Amino acid sequence: MEKSISLTSEQITQDLLPQKFGKRGMAWTTILVVIALFGLYAYYRQLKYGLIVTHMRDYVSWGIYISNFVFFVAISLVGSLITAIFRLTNVKWRTPLTRISEIIAVSAIVFAALIIVVDMGRPERFMNLFLHGRIQSPILWDVIVISTYFFISILLLYFPLLPDLKILLKFKEKTGKRLNRLYRFQGSFWKGTKAQFQLSDKSISILCVLIIPVAFSIHTVTSWLFATTYRPGWDSTNFGAYFISGAFLAGSGAVVVAMYVFRRYYHLEKYITEMHFEKMGRIVVMLALVYFYFNVNEYLTPAFKMKESEHGLLKQLFVGSYAPMFWFAILVGMIIPIIVLIFKKGRKPLPMFIIGIMVVVGAWFKRYIIVTPTLLHPFLPMQNVPTSFMSYFPSWEEWAIDAGSLAGALLVITFFVRIYPIIPIHETITEQNEKDESK
Amino acid sequence: MNENNIKSRREFLAAGLLASAAIAGCSTSNNPFAPESDDIKPSGQMVKLLSVDGEIIEMDKAFLKPVPDLPAATNTQARRGIPGKKFVMVIDLSRCKNVRACQKACNHMHQVHPGQNWIKVLSMQESAHTAPYWQPTTCMHCDEPPCVKVCPVDATFKRQDGIVLIDSDRCIGCRFCMAACPYSTRVFNWEEPILTKEEEAQPYSCETSMPQKKGTVGKCDFCPDMSRKGELPHCVSACPNGVFMFGDMIQDSVTNGAETFRFSSLIKDKAGYRLLEDLGTMPSVYYLPPVNRNFPYESGLENKYKPDHIYEDAKKLSTKIN
Repeated sequence: MEKSISLTSEQITQDLLPQKFGKRGMAWTTILVVIALFGLYAYYRQLKYGLIVTHMRDYVSWGIYISNFVFFVAISLVGSLITAIFRLTNVKWRTPLTRISEIIAVSAIVFAALIIVVDMGRPERFMNLFLHGRIQSPILWDVIVISTYFFISILLLYFPLLPDLKILLKFKEKTGKRLNRLYRFQGSFWKGTKAQFQLSDKSISILCVLIIPVAFSIHTVTSWLFATTYRPGWDSTNFGAYFISGAFLAGSGAVVVAMYVFRRYYHLEKYITEMHFEKMGRIVVMLALVYFYFNVNEYLTPAFKMKESEHGLLKQLFVGSYAPMFWFAILVGMIIPIIVLIFKKGRKPLPMFIIGIMVVVGAWFKRYIIVTPTLLHPFLPMQNVPTSFMSYFPSWEEWAIDAGSLAGALLVITFFVRIYPIIPIHETITEQNEKDESK
Repeated sequence: MNENNIKSRREFLAAGLLASAAIAGCSTSNNPFAPESDDIKPSGQMVKLLSVDGEIIEMDKAFLKPVPDLPAATNTQARRGIPGKKFVMVIDLSRCKNVRACQKACNHMHQVHPGQNWIKVLSMQESAHTAPYWQPTTCMHCDEPPCVKVCPVDATFKRQDGIVLIDSDRCIGCRFCMAACPYSTRVFNWEEPILTKEEEAQPYSCETSMPQKKGTVGKCDFCPDMSRKGELPHCVSACPNGVFMFGDMIQDSVTNGAETFRFSSLIKDKAGYRLLEDLGTMPSVYYLPPVNRNFPYESGLENKYKPDHIYEDAKKLSTKIN
């Protein structure tokens, strides 16, 4: 680190202990709860009347539930990037970001699974996936890899938390009785012995290796839900890599936003420094460039040929009714972030925060663009159906449920931060000690 | 006198059918010809019947027992299919004038939700300078069905007789099959189907695809329940122009009810083809090109289809019911 501020371990612990919600925290949580409850009400209506409350119909049979699902899976990939890939490549500055990215990964993957259940016409038959599952269906592959990813991510969140739980247990007065009971339940077996640390380190190393192929699988398989069909716009061999590169970008954007918010709200300037934004900024530029490269691949070659089956779709995307959203996703989600972040000034915390939001919003609409327009271009012409079947704009129930799921994911993160230290205390102290020794 | 004759002949045929069904349904230990109770008095009117052994027998009419329809196929039977068959359909585009009797019959017999159709009659034109024509599309019952490949729960399946069916008691409503089907043949029950109480109470059968269920996928099923009875699918018998020909590839014959053709020579002579052949889905539905047409394309225009009206009416109806 360029700035070597020497911090005592007491100070670090005091700084990083979970804090009670302030006024703004309460307002934020209340708003999220209200949005989530409204989403639940919309889902209640959907259960009662059927998927007719959505504006999906026989041609556009997948809408923003599915694009939201893809978005969540994409966001969750960042956990594997920052925890695992950075760990294996020995990136030292990752420490304060690991827990942030891991909780984003866990909450996103949980809501990805939930939103898929929301999309089902018969959610009560969910168990059929296990009773009558057929391994040749990409949906089953998704079920397998997503649940595996969920469990590995939970463990990668939990193991590094154990030494912190031991620290938290010392602050019974500050954290309160109920939280103390929770910490004891989760971490009282952790004594901090050498053997335990060795075991924990080894487990984390193994999980970090394991999670990389699983992470690649979750998003590759998700892309195959589309690429295994014949539809123009989905029938692409580029899809796996295209989705993965987009996922790392979207997740990194989300981490940048979270970094900024936590830093400001909990005054963590000493821990999440400008250096972290600078480094993350470089990573976002690189990821945006890679994603942009795959976008060029994805659209330029079919546009050059303009096959009959692709012609209508590409025209609608480039200059037709979906053009504003298409170019918005490209510009806001890739081009502008690249331009801003190649400058050193652009990698300061505030511009990074704004760019992070742009990346995430662009990523959400990008998924919309990938899922819906394709379905409006079937091989046989759309005839014999009511006019409402021939276009798609989500109903208020769909918006409410999607917003509710996003609010739910943010709530999970919010409560996690309330209960646990968002920056690993133990690891920060160890690193500080190492630095002091080397001086 | 004459009328009477016809009537009695009809009665005889009906009675014969019933009786043979009764014989088939009984075990050998029971005498199927014994009166069920003693109070049935012989009427003295004798009827001739064909026994299972192929002998002509004569018995009193009063002893004939009415039996219900053949029992519906069980789920296992419905999933296995009719042994020794490979069903195939030929659609002769030169005969179609967009009457949509097929669609009406199909919708009626399968309780298809108003506004939706399993059979769509599409107005097709390959390019600006080629001739337009009417193209009825059913489920293609592909031999390499993309929908079956992607189904996560084996709710849609391919049978040994070539038919692709849906088990709506198992379908989870993920709609992956709808995304996978390149023929856009599948429809979804977005809301509660409009059914009477009796219809709703029936057990679901994959072969009739009824009763339809909310939150599941539906599509043309080639009416295997009719095939089991030795009858033609509803669209085939409803078409006044003999557009649809249905049959068995192994027997190499297809029929529209009035005419019967050797399937292989019909396809060869009239240059039959299948839709989107390049995708490799291997459909079981063949088309005969729209040449030497019985009707000009324009004559079909008067039968303009207005799904919006049907849909709006259905909405009103369903809100009334709810």
